[in-house]
Amino acid sequence: MTMPTPVAQEAKVKLAVQGLSIRYGHESALRDVSLQIHEHEIFGVIGPANSGKTSFLKTINRMDVFNPNMHVEGAILFDGRDVRQWRNVYALRSRIGVVFPLPVGLPLSVYDNVALSPRLHGGQSQADLDVIVERCLTRAALWDEVKDRLDALGSMLSGGQQQRLTIARALSQDPDLLMLDEFSIAVDPVTTMRIEDVLKELRKEITIILVTNLVQQARRLADRTAFFLQGECVEIGVTEDLFTGAVQDRRTRDYVEGKFG
Amino acid sequence: MSNTELSSGRAVVAADDFDRRNLDWYVDKAVQVLVFICGISAVIFIIGIFTFITKEGYAFILQMDWVEIFTTQYWFPSDEEDPEFGILALIAGTASVTGLAMAVAIPFSLGGAIFVAEFASGKTREVLKVLVELLAAIPSVVWGFIGLSIMNPLIIETFDVPVGLNVLNAGIILGLMAAPIMTSIAEDALKAVPDRYREAAEAMGATRWQVIVRVVLPAARNGLLGAVLLGVGRGFGETMAVLMATGHSVNIPGSLFDSVRALTATIAAELGETAVGSEHYQALFAIGIFLFIITFIINLSADLIVRGVREG
Ligand SMILES: Nc1ncnc2c1ncn2[C@@H]1O[C@H](COP(=O)(O)OP(=O)(O)OP(=O)(O)O)[C@@H](O)[C@H]1O
Ligand SMILES: [Mg+2]
Repeated sequence: MTMPTPVAQEAKVKLAVQGLSIRYGHESALRDVSLQIHEHEIFGVIGPANSGKTSFLKTINRMDVFNPNMHVEGAILFDGRDVRQWRNVYALRSRIGVVFPLPVGLPLSVYDNVALSPRLHGGQSQADLDVIVERCLTRAALWDEVKDRLDALGSMLSGGQQQRLTIARALSQDPDLLMLDEFSIAVDPVTTMRIEDVLKELRKEITIILVTNLVQQARRLADRTAFFLQGECVEIGVTEDLFTGAVQDRRTRDYVEGKFG
Repeated sequence: MSNTELSSGRAVVAADDFDRRNLDWYVDKAVQVLVFICGISAVIFIIGIFTFITKEGYAFILQMDWVEIFTTQYWFPSDEEDPEFGILALIAGTASVTGLAMAVAIPFSLGGAIFVAEFASGKTREVLKVLVELLAAIPSVVWGFIGLSIMNPLIIETFDVPVGLNVLNAGIILGLMAAPIMTSIAEDALKAVPDRYREAAEAMGATRWQVIVRVVLPAARNGLLGAVLLGVGRGFGETMAVLMATGHSVNIPGSLFDSVRALTATIAAELGETAVGSEHYQALFAIGIFLFIITFIINLSADLIVRGVREG
């Protein structure tokens, strides 16, 4: 039993970002960011609006290709291999689960929403699918609410339910990296807590990048946290240090103490 | 200026304003009435057509042998001794041509719509859209001409059959004719699927094709069905092209190479030479009512289905 310690200096590197810069046209969104994310950690990313958090996530699973205006420089090594060298981006994406800030319940049944990813790769029997659907919905704290109406349209659920459906869908990919972008924006506090508990459980199996604008959420969950500000990575450290004042940059302390934002 | 001053000052003026009907008010009312008249005129036309049909046909609609008309296949309206007015063969003609037309048009228009909506971008997309709309504007007599002068010899040669004016010819012509408008509507339906659905699916590692098959097409299902139904309605109602390309001979077709005759073409070809009120005239009238009801039902359901898309 080797539970990863929060600091985990010796832990395996899951994602290594080297000199990453992102531009939209001529507007710079992220400048020269280098950081390492370890296997089995929750890596928090905090920062005010427009600091480049979402853009950062998009480059990791190559969602940047949808926007011809978006230019990326630097290297992102996923399991030691640059994501831009993967010939099959679909294979890369299927290993990375993403949860967007705004819920996206696909206009399919609840069941089909969760079964979509396993079906893409084929090979599962109906019974297998049933198991996967139930497990993922349970983990996303949604099973009890929808187990009697798995046939209902996913896009007809409430906002908070759709968000949990999105999480269940991301889990159904059985990803080794899960990226959450301000997932709690459309979810009530009680459910948020339940999902946070699930994330703590998941950490034992996978690596999680948690982008959040709630600094307390980062404090509750993240082992280490990066602070982004206007396209600059100001600080990376053990999360607790950011809150107890052991920070290098005073802008970090100002931010976590709510002095600006 | 303080808040109380402002609000009390306003209140005095407002008391007057509430009762005065000014120019804006009259313009607003006038526009409302105008728009209402325009809107209602469509309904008035439909009711007018319906009244005309019932009035014209009133005398014989009740006493006609409807069962015989719809269940026999012999259409010999100008036989001196024993004219027969069975429209079963005409229905079969229209149905077979429309069926083949859909078999041609559905793959073409669906493929075209998927390409334009999902793959083409920028200039290509704009040019294609304009082309599709131009195609939709070709008059049906031109299509009939193509059937007569190009398809006819082509079919005779390729399949070594005596006549090239048959179900195959008319079905292909009608299919090509209906395809552009179906493409256009199907493309609208695909475009109405929000991009966030595509992005969500692609983020999971779905390929472009998987996204289309598993997410976009199911989401656009109703709009696509509406497009097909409008195509079917077009097929039933089309007259000139089928008159020219079917061969216009009464027949229940046994193969693609049999000539047939369509309901619409029969009316167009024969109504001019029948005496008003004669039995022949009445039979043509019955066909008209039948077509009216069928196309009405098809178009109405297409409309309801497409509408369901926007609301659901
Ligand atoms: N599609 C786009 N096209 C052009 N510019 C963009 C685009 N997306 C983001 N940007 C710009 O990139 C910068 C960073 O945006 P990003 O969405 O990454 O910030 P964020 O940290 O996620 O903000 P928030 O907390 O509000 O979500 C912003 O200045 C934004 O205007
Ligand atoms: Mg963001």
